[in-house]
This record gives sequence, C-alpha cells and structure tokens, in this order.
Amino acid sequence: MARDSEEDPKAAKRQRKRKQKENKTRTVHANILYDHAKGEENPNRHYANNKIKTTKYTVLSFLPKNLFEQFHRFANVYFVFIALLNFVPVVNAFQPELALAPVVFILSVTAIKDLWEDYRRHRSDNEINHMDCLVYCRVERRYVEKFWKEVRVGDFIRLRCNEILPADVLLLSSSDPDRLCHIETATLDGETNLKQRQVVRSFLDLDCDFDPLKYNGIIECEKPNNDLNRFRGYIVHRSGRRDALYKENLLLRGCTIRNTEDAVGIIIYAGHETKAMLNNNGPRYKRSKLERQMNVDVFWCVIILLVMCLFTAVGHGLWMFQYGDKRPVFDVLSPEGTDLSPVMSAIYLFLTMIIVFQVLIPISLFVSIEIVKICQVFFIHQDLDLYDEETDSNLQCRALNITEDLGQMQYIFSDKTGTLTENKMVFRRCTVAGVEYSHDANAKRLAMYQEMDSEEEECPSRGGTLPRRDSVGSHQSAKVVLRSQSTKSHRRTGSRAEAKRASILSKHTAFSSPMEKDITPDPQLLDKVNECGSQMDFMRFHSQPMSQLPSDLADVLDFFVALTICNTVVVSSPNQPRQKQQLLQPGHQPLLHPRLLSVLSSPSAESTLTKLDEEQNLQQAFSPVPPQYDGRPLSAAEGELRYEAESPDEAALVYAARAYKCSLVRMRFELKSPVKTIEDFIKRFTPSRLTSGSNSSSSSSLVTNRSFTRGCSSVLSSPSAESTLTKLDEEQNLQQAFSPVPPQYDGRPLSAVEGELRYEAESPDEAALVYAARAYKCSLVGRLPDQVTVELPHLGKLSFELLHTLGFDSTRKRMSVVVRHPLTDQITVYTKGADSAIMELIRPPDTGNSKGKRHKKILSRTQHFLNLYAADGLRTLCIAKKVLSKEQYACWLQRHLEAETAIQGREELLFESALRLETNLQLLGATGIEDRLQDGVPETIASLRQAGLQIWVLTGDKQETAVNIAYACKLLDPEEEILTLNADSQEACAVLLEESLHYIQAKFLCSSSEHTTTKSYHSNVSPFGIYTPPPPPSSCPPAPPAVHQLGLVIDGRTLAYALDRSLEDKFLAVAQSCRSVLCCRSTPLQKSMVVKLVRNKLKVMTLAIGDGANDVSMIQVADVGVGISGQEGMQAVMASDFALPRFRYLQKLLLVHGHWCYSRLANMILYFFYKNAMFVALIFWYQFYCGFSGSSMIDQWYLIFFNLMFSAFPQLITGTLDKDVSAETLQQLPQLYTNGQNSEEYKPYMFWMNMIDAFYQSLVCFFIPYFAYADSDVDLFTWGTPITSLALFTILVHLGIETKTWTRMNWLCISFSVSLFFTVALCYNAYCPTCFSPSNPYWSMQRLLQDPLFYLLCVITPAAALLPRYFYRACQGTLFPSPVQVGRQLDKLPAETRRNILSLSGVKMGLPLGPKPHFLSLGKTSFKGCNKKQQQQQQQRRGLQTDSDKELPSADKDTLPYTKDAAPPASKDCLDQTLDASSWITSTPLLSPSDGVQFPPDGDSFCVKYSRGSEDRLKSDQSS
Amino acid sequence: MGKVKPGPLSRRPDNSAFKQQRLPAWSPMLTANTVLPFFYFMALICMLLGVWLLLTVQSTQELKLDYTEAGTCDICFEKRKNVSNADQPCSCTVVLSIKKAFKGDVFFYYGLQNFHQNLRRYMDSRDDAQMVGRKNNLKSPSTYCLPFDKDKNGLPVAPCGAVANSIFNDSFTLRYMAPSGSVLVPLLRKGISWYTDKNIKYRNPSNGNMTLPQVFEGTGRPLYWQKPVYDLDPHDATNNGFINDDLIVWMREAAFPNFKKLYGVLYRANKPFVNGLPAGNYSVDISYNFPVKYFQGRKEVVLTTLTWFGGQNHFLPIAYLVTSCLILLIAVILTVAWCKFGKSGRNMEE
Repeated sequence: MARDSEEDPKAAKRQRKRKQKENKTRTVHANILYDHAKGEENPNRHYANNKIKTTKYTVLSFLPKNLFEQFHRFANVYFVFIALLNFVPVVNAFQPELALAPVVFILSVTAIKDLWEDYRRHRSDNEINHMDCLVYCRVERRYVEKFWKEVRVGDFIRLRCNEILPADVLLLSSSDPDRLCHIETATLDGETNLKQRQVVRSFLDLDCDFDPLKYNGIIECEKPNNDLNRFRGYIVHRSGRRDALYKENLLLRGCTIRNTEDAVGIIIYAGHETKAMLNNNGPRYKRSKLERQMNVDVFWCVIILLVMCLFTAVGHGLWMFQYGDKRPVFDVLSPEGTDLSPVMSAIYLFLTMIIVFQVLIPISLFVSIEIVKICQVFFIHQDLDLYDEETDSNLQCRALNITEDLGQMQYIFSDKTGTLTENKMVFRRCTVAGVEYSHDANAKRLAMYQEMDSEEEECPSRGGTLPRRDSVGSHQSAKVVLRSQSTKSHRRTGSRAEAKRASILSKHTAFSSPMEKDITPDPQLLDKVNECGSQMDFMRFHSQPMSQLPSDLADVLDFFVALTICNTVVVSSPNQPRQKQQLLQPGHQPLLHPRLLSVLSSPSAESTLTKLDEEQNLQQAFSPVPPQYDGRPLSAAEGELRYEAESPDEAALVYAARAYKCSLVRMRFELKSPVKTIEDFIKRFTPSRLTSGSNSSSSSSLVTNRSFTRGCSSVLSSPSAESTLTKLDEEQNLQQAFSPVPPQYDGRPLSAVEGELRYEAESPDEAALVYAARAYKCSLVGRLPDQVTVELPHLGKLSFELLHTLGFDSTRKRMSVVVRHPLTDQITVYTKGADSAIMELIRPPDTGNSKGKRHKKILSRTQHFLNLYAADGLRTLCIAKKVLSKEQYACWLQRHLEAETAIQGREELLFESALRLETNLQLLGATGIEDRLQDGVPETIASLRQAGLQIWVLTGDKQETAVNIAYACKLLDPEEEILTLNADSQEACAVLLEESLHYIQAKFLCSSSEHTTTKSYHSNVSPFGIYTPPPPPSSCPPAPPAVHQLGLVIDGRTLAYALDRSLEDKFLAVAQSCRSVLCCRSTPLQKSMVVKLVRNKLKVMTLAIGDGANDVSMIQVADVGVGISGQEGMQAVMASDFALPRFRYLQKLLLVHGHWCYSRLANMILYFFYKNAMFVALIFWYQFYCGFSGSSMIDQWYLIFFNLMFSAFPQLITGTLDKDVSAETLQQLPQLYTNGQNSEEYKPYMFWMNMIDAFYQSLVCFFIPYFAYADSDVDLFTWGTPITSLALFTILVHLGIETKTWTRMNWLCISFSVSLFFTVALCYNAYCPTCFSPSNPYWSMQRLLQDPLFYLLCVITPAAALLPRYFYRACQGTLFPSPVQVGRQLDKLPAETRRNILSLSGVKMGLPLGPKPHFLSLGKTSFKGCNKKQQQQQQQRRGLQTDSDKELPSADKDTLPYTKDAAPPASKDCLDQTLDASSWITSTPLLSPSDGVQFPPDGDSFCVKYSRGSEDRLKSDQSS
Repeated sequence: MGKVKPGPLSRRPDNSAFKQQRLPAWSPMLTANTVLPFFYFMALICMLLGVWLLLTVQSTQELKLDYTEAGTCDICFEKRKNVSNADQPCSCTVVLSIKKAFKGDVFFYYGLQNFHQNLRRYMDSRDDAQMVGRKNNLKSPSTYCLPFDKDKNGLPVAPCGAVANSIFNDSFTLRYMAPSGSVLVPLLRKGISWYTDKNIKYRNPSNGNMTLPQVFEGTGRPLYWQKPVYDLDPHDATNNGFINDDLIVWMREAAFPNFKKLYGVLYRANKPFVNGLPAGNYSVDISYNFPVKYFQGRKEVVLTTLTWFGGQNHFLPIAYLVTSCLILLIAVILTVAWCKFGKSGRNMEE
C-alpha cells in the first residue's frame, strides 16, 4: 500500500478530510482532466497505484525485519538469549563467539531461505510491473504503451484481445457490437468458461469510438474489497444522470480478454487494491497433531533442563559450603579477587548450566523437522501413483507442515458430487408431459464405454485413436472427411480412456468428453420432436397461430427450448482453439493483423465492413483456406474467428468468415431496430435495450421489421444462404468467398458443423442438458446477453429475445430466463431447478376442466418418475414454464427495474423480484442426469474403512440420490441397517435421536457378545452423554466406541436440529456408533458445523475432502482439507491443504504417505529427544565429579556442533526415507493405518521411555570410560574426547536399530557423520595450540586414535548401552509383533507368498495382530469388498446402474417419497440372528408404529426408517 | 521444480527409484532368528576379549602409598596446615616395600585426592597464549587469568592463572634399600609430558640471546610459588620456564578429583634396575610442600607398570566379562521365549 503521502501539512489535512468523506465509497475521476497523474489537484492521487510489491523486505529492512520475524518463534529467542548469556563473564560457559555460532547458523539459514523467496517474489513482481498496456495519454491524444506499474486509478486503458488486465477496470467501450467483453477468469477462480461483461449502460449507445476526452463522469463505488462477485457503484455524468454499476461492468485484474478485439475502460482499483490482490492470501499455517504433542514434550524437556540446572546449582552451593571459609587453591575467586558466597555462585552456576545444557532443547529439531517435511512433500509430489494422466496434474501439497497429519486421520468428511462422483454429468432419462423416455439406447451406450474401458485396460495399444486425435486439432475441411469415420469408429473405440484422452486434447474446454456429448436420443421422443417441428413449420408457413399445436407436442417443444435456453451456457467455436492461450506470455502480444484490427475496431461498421469485404482481403483470407489457417499467424485467424463465435447464429457457416462477418453485423443492427409498439414500450424499460433507439437512427437504412429478421436468420442458417445475403449487397464478394469452398459446404451435414460447437457451462449439468437437447436437434447455437439463438428441427434457427436471466442461486435452487418466444411472440418464462423447488411453484391444477386434469396427471406422474430417478441415483431437474401477458410482464418489470437500480439491498430486492416471477408455473417435464462415480471410489472407501477411518458423506443432494450413490460406492452396505432420521421439528428430532440411541443400545447390547467378547460397550451410555469408551484392553486402541453395522442417513433439516447445542451430544452418540453417516441436503455451513462438531467434541483428527465452493468452509474447518482439482473450479483447491486430482488417490495419500510421514516424523522426533537427552546427561553426570561447577569434559566445539553437524544428517535421511512397511503392503493391509490413528509411534509414555533409555545409555557411556580411566593420569579432554566419540557411536547405532530400511543413503550418511566428526576433531585438534581457549584439546584426538583403550571402549560401550533397547526390540519383534511389524515381515516374504497370504483372508491377518475387535468385524467386509478382486472388477464392469438396479427392488407406484422401502435383499448372517423384533421394541417403549418407524418386512433384513412430520418435502441442492 | 517440459504429460513425475522411494534397501528384522546369532556372537567376542584383557591386567603391578600423614610426614602435614609456614621447608621420608619385582618400565606417579582440578573456573584460569610464548601475553595476561594475573606489585604473573599457581610442589627421591646399602633409584624426570605439549603447546618466549631470567624480567612469580618460573629445575637449564616438564604435566588438568600425575620413569640403564624395580624395601624422601589439609585432600605416590592399554585397571576386562554374560543371559532368555511362545508368531507368518 504505497500511498504517496505529501509532506505538506495542508495536503495531509485535506487528505484526512477526504478520508473521512470517502469512508464508505471511493470516487474516481478521470485522470486526463488533470495535468499529472500525481499532481496536487488530482483527486485520485490517494489511491494505490498499480505497482505491486509482494515482497516482504527491502534491502535495508531485510535484516531487522527478518530477524524480528524470526524472533516470533520462541525457540529462536531462547537460543539467542542463551548465546547472549555467554557474553556475561560470570556465567559464561563457552567462548562467546562460538556459542553464537549455532544460533547464527540457524538464523542465517532461515534468513537465506526467506531472502531467496523474497527475491523470487521481487523478480516476479518486477516482471508483472513491467508488462505493457495501452494507456490514454492526454498530451499525445492517443493510447501509448506504459508499464503496468505506471498505470493509475482514473487512467483510461485500452485492452486488446488476449491481454491480461492490469487492474480492475470499469468497461466503458467494447468493439463488440453488443458492447460486450468476454473474459476468462481461470486465474481468479479456475473456471474455464468465458464470462461476459457489459459496457456501462450509459456508454452503450456510443456508436463511435469511445473518446476519453469526452468522458466527464465521476464514479462513486465501493471501497476496495475482496469480494469477487460484488461491485456496486454508480457513475454520475455531468448532466447529472446517474447510472448504476454492477459487477458485470467490472473487469478484474488477472483475467484475460477473450473474443473481444478491443475494449476501453477506466481503472477503478489498482495494484494492491484490486480484488484479485485482496484475495491473495498467504499460505495457511497449521500445526499438526504430532507437533502439538511434540511441543508438550519440548515443554517437558524445559522442565527437565530446569531441574537439572537447579540440581547442579544446589549441588554447587553445597559443595562450596562444605569448604567453609577456607577456600581451596582450586577454587578460583571471582575476577575481582573477592569471595563468592555459595549462594551467589549457585545462582551464577544455574545460568551457566542453562548454557551448558542448552542442547537438551534441540535447536536443530525445528530446523530438521522443517527439512524433513519439505522432503516428504517433495516425495509426495513426485509419486507417480498420485499423478493423473488425464488432467496432467499431480498432487499438490499446499500446506507444507502437516504431512504427518495425513497418517493420523480418524474421520473423513467427503462431499459427494465431484468428489466421489466425477461431476461429469451424463444425461440419462427424461420425462416430458408425464411420459417417460427411458433412453435405453443411451444407457447401452454408456455401458459400452465402461466395457470398452476395461477392455482397453487389457490391451492398451489398441488402434483407432489416431484419427480422432487428428480430428480435434486439424482444420475443418479435413474434419468433414474424418468426422464420418470417427463417428463410425467411435462406437468401437470410444471408450472412456479415449474420452479422457480427447479431453486432454481439448483440455481447456470443460465438460466435453464424447461420453457426455454424444447422446443417443430416445426414438420415441425423437419422433415427437420431429413431428412437432414439422407441424410448427407447417403452421408457420400457413401463418396459423402456434397455440393450435397439440398440447403434448407443445410441451415437448417447450421442454427442449427450455433445456436449450434456460442456462448460462456460452457457445464457442472450435476454430478458436483455446490452447492458443499459451501464446499469451507477456511480450507475446498477439500480432493482430493491423488492417483487420483497424477495420474491426472501427465502430462505423457499415462503411468499413463493406470496405473490408473488398476483393483482395477476401481472397487473401479464403482462397488457400487450409494452409492459411495453419500457416498464418494464429492470432489473425483467431481474431476473425472469435468474432464469429460471438454471433453464433451465423457461426454454423464459420468458414465464410469475413463475408459473413459483414452481413452479420448488419443483421445485428436489424435485430435491434424493432418497430412494434409493444416492443417500444418494453424497450423503454429493458435496460439492455436502451441503446436501440440511437442504433435505429444510425442504421436506419437497414431497418426492417422483426419478422423479416427472423425469417432472415432462419433462412441464413439453411444451406442456401446466398439469397439472403444478396440483400446485403455483397454478391460478388460472397461468390468470391465461396468459390473455393462450395463442394465442402454442400456435402457437409449441418449437424457435423454444429457438432463442433463447444458449450462452456458454469456447471456440468447445464452442459449435459444442452448436449441432450442437441441430440434432439434442438441445439443452442449462440448466446448473447439479449438474445439466444436456437436451432430447431424443421424450423431452423430461431432467435429468442432474452429479456432477463434470473441466475441460479442456492436458496432458490432454480434459474429462470424470460424470453420473447419468436413463434408465439409471447413473453415466456422458462424455469429449471431442483424438483423440490419447482414442484412447490407449479400452478395448482384446477380440476374442473380437462386441461386441469391433464395437468394434475402430469404432475403426479412426473413426481413418480422423479422418485424413480432419484432412486436410481440420478440428479433430477424439473423444467417448467410460464407465459406472461404483457401487462403482467410490464407490472413485474417495473418493480424489477426498481430492484435493479437500487443500491442498497439490491441483492435482496432482486431475490424477491425473482420470487415474484417464479410462481404459477406450468410443469413441462423433468430430467435425470447421472453423475458417474469416479474410478475406484468403492475400493477406496472400502480400504479407507478397513483402515479404521470413519467416513461421512455430506452432500447437498437429496436423500434418495445420496443414498443410492452411497450404496453404489459401498459406503452403505446392503447388509447393514440404515437409520434414517427425518424430523420436522426440534422436538421430533430429539425424540428420534433418543429412539435411535435406545435402539442401538438394545440391539447391540444383545449382540455384542456375539461379535466379540472383548467388547463391552454401551453399558455406560447415558442418553445425554457421549459414549465414553470402555477402558481399552491391553492393546485395544482408544478408538471411537463400537462401530456397528449401521448406517445413518440424516437430511439437512434434521441435521440443523441435531446440530443444536442441546442435541449435538446425542446426535454424535448415534452417529458415532454407526459405521457410515450420510448427511443429505446439507448446506455448506452445516457441513462445516458437522466437521467442527466432530472435531471438537470427539477430539479426533478430521479430514474434509471436496471439490466445490460449497465445500470450502468444511475444508477450512477440518484438520486437513483436501481439495479435488476437478471440474468445479479452484476454490476448494485454494482453500485446501492438499489438492488431489481424484478421490481414489486419497487411499495412497493416507495409507501410504500419511503412514510414512507420520511414522518417520514421529520416530525422528522421539529420536531427537533421546539424542539430546543422552548427550546432555553425559555432562550432567560429570557434574558429580567436578564439584557441580559446570565444566564439561566434552569440548565446547563438540558440544555446540554435535547436534548441528555430527549427528544431524543420518536422522534426516532416516526421517525422509525410512519405510517401516512397503507401499504395497500398506495398501493391501489398510489395518496398518490404525497405527497412526492411535498415535502408536509417539505416545506420551514413549517420550519418557526414551528419556529413561537416554539416561541409561548416557550412564553407560559415561561410567564405562570413567572406570576405565579412573585412577589414571588422564586429563579432562583426553578423557572427554572418547566419551564424545562413544556417544556419537551409540547414538548412530541407536538410530540404526530404529532404522527399518537401509538404503545406500543411510550407509553413506552414517559413515559421513562419523568421518565428519573425526575429520573435524583432527583438524581442530591440530589447527592451533592456543586459539580456542579456555579449552585446549591440542592433539588429543591424535593421541586418542593411538590409544588401544579407546578401541576397546568403542566395542564395549555401545554394546552395553544399546543392549536393553536391542533386546526389547528383538523381543517385541519376536513375541508380540505390532501390526506394523507383521506387515514388515510380510514384506520380507517373496511377492508370491505374500499375495497368497493377503488374499487368504483379512480375518486371519487380523487375528494375530492383537485383540482389536474392529479388525475382526471389518474382516468380513474386507472379505467381500476388497480382497476378492475379481468380484470387484465384475461389479465395476456392471457399472453403477446395474449395481443400483440389483440392490434396489423395483419401486412401488406411490408418489410420496419415503414409503418405498429401500431395503436390501435378504442379508446374510452378519447380523444377530437371535435378535427378534420384539426384543428391541420392548426396550424402546417410546417407539410406536405411528411414529413412523417401519418394521422390516421380514426378520432377515433390517431397515429402520424414522421419519417424522407429515410432509417430508424433498429439497435437492442442485449444485452441491 | 525445474523446467516445465512441454507435452501433455509434462507434469508427470520421473519414474526413478529415488523419487518413487524405491531405492534398493536392506531391511533387517529384529526377530529372534536374526538377533539370536548376533547375540551369541557378541557374547562370545566379549567373553574372549574379557579373558584376554584380564590376563593382561593380571601381569601388571602397582603400589600405592598415601604419604599425607604417613611415616614422618605427619609433622610436615601439621606444619603445612598453617599458611604462614609456607616458606619453611619440610621434608620427610616414607618407607614402602615391594614384594614382587616390577618388571619392565616402572612409572612413578604422585597422586592427589579430592583436588578438583576440573573445576570450571579453575580450568579456565590459564593463558595458553602466554604459555606458548607470546610476548604480549607474557606482559599482559589474558583476562581468563583473573585474579591471578598480577602479583602484589602489579607485575604480570608468569605463568598466570590459578592452575599454574596451585602447582604441585612436592618432590620425591626414591631410594632402594638394597642389601648392599641404599641406592638412589634413577628416575627420568624429562619426557614425561606429551611431545606436542613440550614442543608446540608450551614455549618459552623467544629470547634471542637473552637468558631465561632476562626474558622473564618484569614478570612476577605466581602467588604460591617459591621459585620463579625460570628456576623450576635447578639441574637442567633447558627444563625451565614454561617448558618445564612438571609444569606441563600439572597444567594438563586431570579429569577427576582423584588423580595421579606422572613424576618420573624408572631409568633402566644401570643395575639393578635394568629389568625394573627389584623386590625389596624402598624409601621415598619427600620435600613436603603442598598443603592438602584444608580441602581434605590426600597425597600419595604410586609405582606401577603399564600394559598396552593402560595401568592396572581391572574394570575393563570385568566390564567385558559382565557384558558378555549379560548378552548370553539375554540370548538364552530370548531363545527360550522364542521356542516356547514364538511358535504363534511363526504360525502367523505362514
């Protein structure tokens, strides 16, 4: 925030005043009104300029600031304090300069790292600051190139296509005929679809070039904020007119201009005040569980340190005291020659000891942990198994310091859509006007993809992929030929894998794999559509009113029109390959063909465009078509083509680029000059129409009536376009243009051309619907802010005048478009939304007449089909319409416009306005879209569950869909009972929870003895308390209590009640004893509340995984947030700690990397504590022999560098590379994950065990040399050096015992450490006889190496010191191996044997692993779910549909939800047979059938459904 | 992460053993099968070493005599209690008898008990730069020497510091009461310090042609010293100043409060000491100067022969033997446990 602050006090005062004034808003004037951008008079001078500076430091401030930041870490302060203490003569222990060395080393390493990072930031800042852009210069009266950093608020900036926006710009002018500007916001939110932005309303009517000199407005807008989706303000013209500004007018920094040749805007926010920069938050800092645990132990170390210091201090005092007044010769007086009292010297000694023992608080621990974590992150990044070829992305670790948390997860909270499923929507079925069209052929096609997929796996080198690949990239003319081939070969080779490949090629266009695009239409429906179309055509031809169409046919037509236009899909042309964005490096500004540019950008389109169509231009453009397209500078071609994408009604005839462009522009003008009176009326009110008045004057010569236009456009689309075009006076040009083309042109089927249109949708289900409609020849060919062009069978192209778009929001759960129907001229509202949202708004049919009866029938039948769809796990959407009379519309419009122009509370007003419109709808039909499960989801869930993870799915989808997906992904097991909680009120919810608790209690109390004898749960359960786990038997983990064969399904409303403070404990108690929990229809807030509740109340480690913006809050709340970098943009990824390309990678991430990271780090931390304690204790023991005077036999050099150098590297290598169990075994035996969950590698007692071991080892290391040298003439350092060496050996061998895998690196490192020690020691001892006073170990190492005694000690001391540990490890490994050790033993076996053992059964494995009950119970699941691979694969092949079909009995015909009992087929003996229904009924007296508890029909399968309340209306969240 | 490769799979990680964590590795299992052989092997090795060392140590001989108040020294002991008597010489004699002849090199040590040469402040109180012969430090000793850097007259002390100040200043003469009369046992009083100390670490200030007293002109002797530093060895002029062997030996601070320091080595050129010290009675004439009373110290003389790994110290062989036994015991326990209970573990593997 580098604001220029004037020295002048007057200015400062003014500034303050201004600040007060602009508290709420920011006022932007145009800079050109003032002399200098920074001048005294310029009102914009206080705003931040566009120079960005993300660096933290400057050259001068680096040292102080960096040090200051580093001292925020307490450890650093502590170490500096100790180092400084050394400078106090009374207490110093070491040479002060030397004592500074480690601290300086640590600080400088960090400082260098910071400096490097900052330098890189500086360089990238610099690069960004020096990018070019065109800014209007007042003096030169033109746009001049300026660096980004020179741009200021209030500047006029001219933006060319593919330029990146340097700041937040208010769009004032665009070369686009509709005054639009397309931007790509991928860098901001990761969404790859183009967004349209509009020129500020008052500048819409400028038909000539925007002239900055004529600009005289003053802009009032919000203060800079980070809300990307909001911008409010108004512009005040000199005339006093005010115009509101919306976010549609604002182009944000970082976005890229697309499809628009030229745009001009004024800068509103610059530099750090831009929304993009304000959204730039630093990386997240989290502290892992292990680290928290470690900090506790660091604290204990501090206490040990203080105790040791205190002990020696007191000892010294007493020692002094025993000599009384007579001082021995060896007791040196203070420097002043005075006596020190014992008390004083004890106090001094205390400080000295803190210095001497400082090693106990390991200075290198923090640094080492950081290094190890960085290495771990590196390895996780590098894992090939976590790399997704399809999207060319690998795992990203965004949080660097919580890798080990991955190994300790206990609860997983997963989103469903996009996380478990692909979020690639595939249209499956639909119902129109109460008739279901099952799309069997389509289902078969989808099944084929899957089969192909599995075949492809078997023979990956299958041919036939090449032509397709070509067809994507090559030019159209070639494509025409290829297209027919590829569509043929498509059936054969169009497997999913290929679809993936294709989607790699067209990476930037989302949602467009062939699987989603090519929908096989249902023949019945197709017939109807055709019939309808031809009838309409006929009727139009005979100018009969459209209302005479039979109502079912009309519904079909309306249905498809709604599918096609009721969305925000943007059409783009394939000839504008988006991959070309890569050209967009700074300095690579596309070279627009200058002539083209000048022509295109000139607004007086008519004259110029006719000129444009001059022969040579066209010839140039068209005669050598294919080579030109390839060989020419891409940008030029792009520029042209983009233009066409903009006006897609003509886009079908793409290749006639320029000639068409001309006509096209005119067509647009014609469209904008309506003559009917009612339209004038509307025009006055419709904001987007405000321009037409002036347009009509400017292009008066072209005024035609609307019907002509319509006819024109429809004719245009037909192959014989020439007739229309002749009217546009360009025959000869066109002939010229077409001469090389016609053969291709004629031979080409229309659909093939359209097939190349790409739809870019904000949500994939919109795209799915548009593609579905296209399969029925109702294709969307163009979308403009005020017009949608649709091609209908037989009718050709129709342009719907788009009056309003009421966008989707999660509260309304629907979106609407208001259009003028071109055939009936009626104002029609098409609404599309979640069934619950729509069904409520359907006009209640009046039962009087036949029409009403029909409606009623449609309503009930549609509801029935909706239930069916939901049961199949499809996402359902309802389509409805409403016809408005002109009066109604005018009435609504009036208020809507008021809402739109309101500045205060605009959102609310708009919301209400939308509600007013969306009433009394007429139901057209409903669609079922399948959201495919991602690959490997069931397997992943099964193995994660085996790993002891509780998996909760929190989804916004509705209950049936969610339940079915849950079954499909094996989250719910058909064999287990499902508790369904649906309550209408707080009280009902309380009762339900109570009942469920009783039920669980009663049921499983009886059966617990059968499951396993070691479990004894629920005896201590109080209705209000959380289950307190029974004291775990021997090695039983204190895991969540008793997870039963139970599934819990709860809906959003009930969840809201259950999350209430009074009920949350009960809810948790119920949820905890269920094996899986499914929360449907939950809002983002609820998701995060659930995670928070579980995390805080149960004190467990939680992981949240999701892919959409609605998962962000949940991801942020959880201990570890994982984002799926999938289809729904980057928001989840931005908020996450780890970003995965696919859900299934979670398995390896957690089971393998999590386990490794955790066990490595845990072992390393323990080792660190041990090492330091052991080393320090050596000195402590010595205090007993030196009168507690703080002298140490270990030379100060060794003491200081021991931790830092001599013993630092091996543990880093071990901490980075050690693998206790191989990755394969970890994945095959997910049970091993419990190791981390229960923190078995690092328990509090382990710290103390390690401490005790350290003290024992140091005793050995101290006293063996002590006695060996006792009673000899050994001097201090001759004796201390072997001790140091022995300690080093012992420590290294200790590490060796703890190291599980020895790679070359380990050997290398250990030998390096030893040789480093001896080299340093030898050099140090030979270097200088006087340099290192007071200690002076000259030549002692050399002497030592000649001493045989040293070598004798080297054998005995480590052996004796490590004997207990070694023995313990051997015993443990032999007699009571931990599961992990068993896993290691398995590793040792040859691969064949291992596989046999593992496939035998999980039960057998589980048994000897210790008395862990859930191993046992899970064993059965694993038997079914995981270990039988063939079975699994079969299931996978059968696919979702068959799965769900099989598992669900056919639904009955009732239309009400929930009466259908989704009970699985007869379950096997896994549940308690002895339990009969009466036993638990009696135990739950509250239950009565009227409460909604449904008894299972037969004793075999249990399925309990609780539901309360009369109307359980389903609400589905459309985009979860 | 390096350069970005072009192509569709540009971000694909390398499939190298290191990056995929598939480095070839040896993963030892700490189970009975692997550990037991090692245990038995270690036990055997330690046993053998222990026996060998024990036998070696048995061949050494050592004789210690606490002379603090022994023989006629009690008088001197009393005398030295009083600091005011420090200047008065006192000598006494103690008698010791050697039952069995000392074979080979015999080393004569003096020992002190309860003298904390390893006190931190004491140890630091020296100036190595002065001892190495730097003239600057000779005249202005390092602050480490405080308060023993200047004498009462304000002259810089050479050698400064508490260590030098408190030098052990008893001297011994060993006599062999041979049947033919008492023979002075010849002791080598030079070459008892480290070679590097004598030649590198301690140097007299370069004196050109000046004599030692001239070099040390302007320095005072340490407080407790009777003689100036250039007059430590009256018999050998080259053994004076900072390179006096006794001084050097003393300056090498002992590790423990009970220590011994080398006083001399038996000179075996002449009979009857060619093979070492013959059995018989010996007397030690002591010039008793060093006061130990006020720190409850003891003084002793030690005569000993050495083995290749040090003096007569039974600890190391015993440590080897004990460790060996422990390892053996543990190994047996483990074997038994393994045979009895370990079966289940093996079953599990199969």
